[in-house]
Amino acid sequence: MSLTIENLHASVEGTPILKGLNLEIPAGEIHAIMGPNGSGKSTLSKIIAGHSDYEVTDGRVLLDGVDIAKLGVDERSRAGVFLAFQYPAEVPGVSNANFLRAALQARLPDGEEIDAVAFYKDMYAKMDDLEMSRKFTKRAVNEGFSGGEKKRNEILQMMMLDPRYCLLDETDSGLDIDALKVVAKGVNSMRSPNRGFLVITHYQRLLDYITPDYVHVMSDGQIVKSGGADLALELEERGYDFLKQTA
Amino acid sequence: MSSETATVQQVAREKGEIGNFSFPERHKFDAGYGLTRDTLDYISNVKKEPSWVNEFRHKALDVFLSKPMPTNWATKDLEAIDFDKIRYYLSDGAEPKRSWADVPPEVLETFDRLGVPEQERAFLAGVEAQYDSEAAYSNVKEALADEGVIFVTCSEGLKEHEEIFRPWFGKVIPTGDNKFSALNSAVMSGGSFIYIPPGVKVKHPLQAYFRINSENFGQFERTLIIADEGSEVMYMEGCTAPKFETATLHSAVVELVAMKGAKIQYITVQNWSSNVFNLVTKRGLAHEDAEIRWIDCNIGSRLTMKYPGVVMKGERARGEVISIALANDGQHQDTGAKMIHAANNTTSNVISKSISIGKGRSTYRGQVLIPKHLKGCKNNTECDALLINSKSRTDTYPAITVKGNQHVTQHEASVSQVSQEMLFYMQQRGLSETQAMSLAVNGFINDLVEEFPMEYSVELKRLIDLEMEGSVG
Repeated sequence: MSLTIENLHASVEGTPILKGLNLEIPAGEIHAIMGPNGSGKSTLSKIIAGHSDYEVTDGRVLLDGVDIAKLGVDERSRAGVFLAFQYPAEVPGVSNANFLRAALQARLPDGEEIDAVAFYKDMYAKMDDLEMSRKFTKRAVNEGFSGGEKKRNEILQMMMLDPRYCLLDETDSGLDIDALKVVAKGVNSMRSPNRGFLVITHYQRLLDYITPDYVHVMSDGQIVKSGGADLALELEERGYDFLKQTA
Repeated sequence: MSSETATVQQVAREKGEIGNFSFPERHKFDAGYGLTRDTLDYISNVKKEPSWVNEFRHKALDVFLSKPMPTNWATKDLEAIDFDKIRYYLSDGAEPKRSWADVPPEVLETFDRLGVPEQERAFLAGVEAQYDSEAAYSNVKEALADEGVIFVTCSEGLKEHEEIFRPWFGKVIPTGDNKFSALNSAVMSGGSFIYIPPGVKVKHPLQAYFRINSENFGQFERTLIIADEGSEVMYMEGCTAPKFETATLHSAVVELVAMKGAKIQYITVQNWSSNVFNLVTKRGLAHEDAEIRWIDCNIGSRLTMKYPGVVMKGERARGEVISIALANDGQHQDTGAKMIHAANNTTSNVISKSISIGKGRSTYRGQVLIPKHLKGCKNNTECDALLINSKSRTDTYPAITVKGNQHVTQHEASVSQVSQEMLFYMQQRGLSETQAMSLAVNGFINDLVEEFPMEYSVELKRLIDLEMEGSVG
């Protein structure tokens, strides 16, 4: 059981962004990807999710051994891939509760209906964990949310949809320290031998609260260095420039 | 829903057959194709109308013939209507029924296909469902009758309640208001007449279901609702039409009269097939302290032209138009509102939302008139358009004429799109592209849908979901 990326090459409008990236995230592990701006780390998460702006020119992504190249964005989601967005989109007029319900409903076979009582009970419990007000359920998805509210909402959705592989794209950006702790608590509560995580971040800070099993450094569309949790500390101390010397 | 029904519906849906059904025709009365003096006499004869109605029809035909098509401002597509290829009156001659047992099974089947929920069918006990141009089912609740409420077909109204009917008939919308109001006045059949006595507040909405069922058959309902002093009524009409290959003309006239302090809400959810010309004139007259609200949802049709209006004749009268229009490929929704302020301290509100999908086209035309001699009038106009892709077209023609400086008007307009990023986000949560679009569209109109009664908003959502299917991807 793993999310495996093999020799992935991808480009946007003809410009190569990923240039032969290899990464295996077995279920039960948290992998962090760090790297300077423009290294392609956010792109990687969108490509795994199936964003149509990017063209995979070589290599493949395997979900528990199955190539997902032909799966649409929604199919990948239902197969267990969740992307917590750096900039979550707003969906005017659609309440958080209705949106989550629709997303859960989309996972059920035809003719089966979500049990509304159980749904609300589950959602309220998770919102309590994330210190979110109940009023939240009635507000339109991400509309007028602060940065911190948006990120909490991403984690709430992640907890509700119970994915097998979680991709967190710069989840720490725009968060104050209290919000960061709440978000990390949510992520840590989901750690499980059956679930893998890919945490994309520019800064070490998030990794103080979500301890990764492995840290990878990405540069110019490739993983250039891998190590344990202490690699993040080293990067923090020495900056990304030191990679140029060791590479 | 049983699993068997679900399967049948699913198969029908995949084949694109939902909303594409028809029933056997068996018309006892048929005025034939084309529009002549004889057509009018035929209708009058079949309906056993008094001579004043027949004269009204003939005068209307003169007006109709004298007026040009309004293509100087409206779409040239109107020229595609061939008035000689339309049958102006068809009826199976069925008398209005008084119990469910008498309702033709085809009508019940229509309710099934529409997925009208059980509780809504209960509402239908106080309802008239029109089968072609005559009411096939009409059962005014006894309680309504006890309160003196009249809820009958327009034909019955003009014959049996002439003293109430005639003074207002054709007064809010004169025959010569426009070419199509004249056409309706010449060949009208079907529609409702409602009278609410002073002070009576009708608790349940009165409903009418009707549909077109004959090829080339124009339907020309005529509805008149009079709410006497201090009374309140809500009227709902919902339409669905089977698909035919040649153009079908629907041209209704609806007149509302709200006497002092009365309130009328008129709610429409229309889902025409994409060959229907839906050219409707709707206007209300609001006396002192009266309130008239048009809540209008237009889905489908080849061309809809509809600008519900309120003439605020008495002081402190209020007028409101809330409208949703959805134009899919090959469809043009040309809708809007007319607010005529004719007394001091009158208030009007227009909120219009349109959705254009594919090559669908939406046009908003608004007219707000506040003359110079008045004081303290207010108008608020908001029109928002949602484009589902770049081929869609939307136009806004707001005409707000305010004279004098003692009024408050406000106008806002916006055009937005369902962005790729929004779609990606929703799909990443597991929604298919169609589901994501439906949700986005429902979100766009959500605040307006809340204005519809509960059971209608469910149906509305269903119609939009059906409309989004096959229109995306």
